[in-house]
Amino acid sequence: MEVDPFIFRLSIFILSIFVGYYVVWSVTPSLHTPLMSVTNAISSVIIVGAIIASLSGSSDKVFDTSNIFGFVAIVLAAVNIFGGFLVTQRMLQMYKKKKK
Amino acid sequence: MSANLSALFYLISGILFILALRGLSSPETSRQGNYFGIAGMGISIIVTFFSVGSFGPGLIYVLIFLTLGGSIGAFIAFKIPMTAMPELVAGFHSLVGLAAVFVAISAFLKPEVFGLGIVGNIKLASLIEMSLGAAIGAITFSGSIIAFLKLRGIMSGSPITFKGQHLLNLSLGILILFLIYYLCVSQSSSTFWTLVAVSFLVGVLLIIPIGGADMPVVISMLNSYSGWAAAGIGFTLENTALIITGALVGSSGAILSYIMCKGMNRSFFNVILGGWGATDQVSSAQTKEKKPVKNGNADDAAFLMKNASSVIIVPGYGMAVAQAQHAVREMVDSLKKNGVKVSYAIHPVAGRMPGHMNVLLAEANVPYDEVFELEEINNDFANCDVAYVIGANDVTNPVAKSDPQSPIYGMPVLDVEKSKSVLFVKRSLSPGYAGIDNDLFYRDNTLMLFADAKKMTEEIVKSL
Repeated sequence: MEVDPFIFRLSIFILSIFVGYYVVWSVTPSLHTPLMSVTNAISSVIIVGAIIASLSGSSDKVFDTSNIFGFVAIVLAAVNIFGGFLVTQRMLQMYKKKKK
Repeated sequence: MSANLSALFYLISGILFILALRGLSSPETSRQGNYFGIAGMGISIIVTFFSVGSFGPGLIYVLIFLTLGGSIGAFIAFKIPMTAMPELVAGFHSLVGLAAVFVAISAFLKPEVFGLGIVGNIKLASLIEMSLGAAIGAITFSGSIIAFLKLRGIMSGSPITFKGQHLLNLSLGILILFLIYYLCVSQSSSTFWTLVAVSFLVGVLLIIPIGGADMPVVISMLNSYSGWAAAGIGFTLENTALIITGALVGSSGAILSYIMCKGMNRSFFNVILGGWGATDQVSSAQTKEKKPVKNGNADDAAFLMKNASSVIIVPGYGMAVAQAQHAVREMVDSLKKNGVKVSYAIHPVAGRMPGHMNVLLAEANVPYDEVFELEEINNDFANCDVAYVIGANDVTNPVAKSDPQSPIYGMPVLDVEKSKSVLFVKRSLSPGYAGIDNDLFYRDNTLMLFADAKKMTEEIVKSL
């Protein structure tokens, strides 16, 4: 009997929750704000779906109803990706050790 | 590019995202971690272009919109002041939520593009996954908008409650489940749209009863939701990177909510059901009695601190509001010149989001190895000469340890009262968010400094 590919995806999902659990507990509390902004940025990898949706138009009809949703989603996710990573970078630059 | 090859690349991005979070375990490795995250994102996007293969006429528009969104994001990231970080994060969460909804909508309208079947006959599993993604995404969107408005001060931070609120939320929750079930049976698009609309409404209703100081929990919770929404869409699109990321972000937000609830000694449900403070404020107003308070000025404070051998600074949300972090740093610098040992004590729920105070202090160039968490520093108060409480209130209230009747009883608090003297910068004697009087104000070793946090600190700097 063959295993449904869904089960594989579910396994990845559940294992990732465990990985996330241990990785996040090891994040130092002083970096909790950068943690939120970086998780925000990486969850915008949803842009993958938006790109697929946007590229589905035919040559005579680039802006189909479903494509328009895709294009808007690209803008939203792109704001998040660039905004999220850059603001995280900006914050992390500020964390400095005592000068001896 | 073959589906197998792109799946492997998506796996690599997923691993890079894990490394990005792993980097945050210490400030030294965190910057490198962020680059891993950026690399993962870059790989995902490029692989997606190649896996679609036939670059239709849409490609140029995709690049245009990508650049447009990217420039807006970059602009915001460089312009935003650090004090506005909580509302920025809330705003970003709303965008992830809305993007998830839009991707779900386009998958529903054109399932053949994603290999999910055809309109009117979408695979059952995909339908469940996309409707969950859309529903959670919509809740994240509208909930984050409300959180944003509250944090920004456009909407009042006080809880909005009405009769039958919990019952209404519960029935709407059940309605969402029913709509998902009905959608799977009927495949009707009107059901799909209703589902999205009801979810938007639930997001609003969930967040309005939650008050300002509970925002750390709310932001973490919405962070978690945005992850689950992404995971739902990841299952729909059968995309490993998205599934891994969704799980990471989902558990990250859940852990942060847990830490925040623990910091207030409240259960998650107690926070979510909302309405703390709103009722308590009335009772505290009634029991208000005139007790003697020692009132001091900047010179007294400067004198006390100059002659101390160790000082602990306890910042709270008030410091963020007054933007006093730079003034505090200046004060600490001149204290250090006088040979005073200074450290900072941060309560887990100080401020409006997890780690809020740490970011502000880092912005003011405070080295992170002078900043300590509650458990690390709480025993040091007994040996410290002066505790300088600036903009914090409930998190220092000794009542949490002594009075089982108090609403904050059992909450971990900073043992400020154990230090030889306490300087309490506050505008008035008004109670904090929990709506209860702070016992600390009336202690013999407490000196109240009634002023704006920034002005007072600047005056102290002058007299030092």
